[in-house]
Amino acid sequence: MERIPILKMGGFLLVSIQVDMHDRLALQLQDDLTTRIAETSARGVLIDISALEMVDSFIGRMLGNIAAMARVLDAQTVVVGMRPAVAITLVELGMSLAGVRTALNIERGMELLSGSLEEAGRENDIAPR
Amino acid sequence: MTSLRAESLPLNASEHVVSVRQAVRQRAIEIGFSLVDQTKIVTAASELARNTIQHGGGGHATVEVVSDGVRRGLRLVFEDSGPGIADLPQAMRDGYSTAGGLGLGLSGAKRLSNEFAITSTPGSGTRVVITRWK
Repeated sequence: MERIPILKMGGFLLVSIQVDMHDRLALQLQDDLTTRIAETSARGVLIDISALEMVDSFIGRMLGNIAAMARVLDAQTVVVGMRPAVAITLVELGMSLAGVRTALNIERGMELLSGSLEEAGRENDIAPR
Repeated sequence: MTSLRAESLPLNASEHVVSVRQAVRQRAIEIGFSLVDQTKIVTAASELARNTIQHGGGGHATVEVVSDGVRRGLRLVFEDSGPGIADLPQAMRDGYSTAGGLGLGLSGAKRLSNEFAITSTPGSGTRVVITRWK
């Protein structure tokens, strides 16, 4: 069966969507990613959509769902690499991807994830036990 | 408006939405649409193609290159013979959904097109026509 690969990199999961996804494939990715977060205890998920020529309301909703499910499982999600034409269209469509953190590219996305994990670690150190 | 070329594509499975997106992209490039305009019409097509399958129980899409004498454009027709829509103004509203989605399909596709027309007869089907000009 067709699947989008999920790579593990340290404490993070990395997904690079390289195909024009039909809806079932998008739902499969949502399920697979949620399962992998739990299995690997990943603290961060990076989703690279730089190859996507279009994000419609279905894919937008999938990205939102992944971010929400990851948050419940104590992982942060960053969506990286959205093309400018895709961003313009998505906003005109009526979606702002509220609740989904974004970064311009993978490098910045990684920085964002590492930074927020360090911050969370510091807060835990100060908190009374 | 004269039709320069038309092709009909089936819409019965979620893979067909991808085929329609790809056909629309190809025609949009041939007409010379800008990257943003290509993305807008492809995204609108994706929303409407999904509606035809999910709400209309399947149907077909027609991808047509048209001309009004001055400029060329892309006209897309989505037709199904499903249950139809009883309350069109409600269906056109942002956030209204009967399928558990975000309710942006029809309203969003309208915003992404230059011309938008919808006709629906309860019990016999729905037809949506959008046009985007270069």
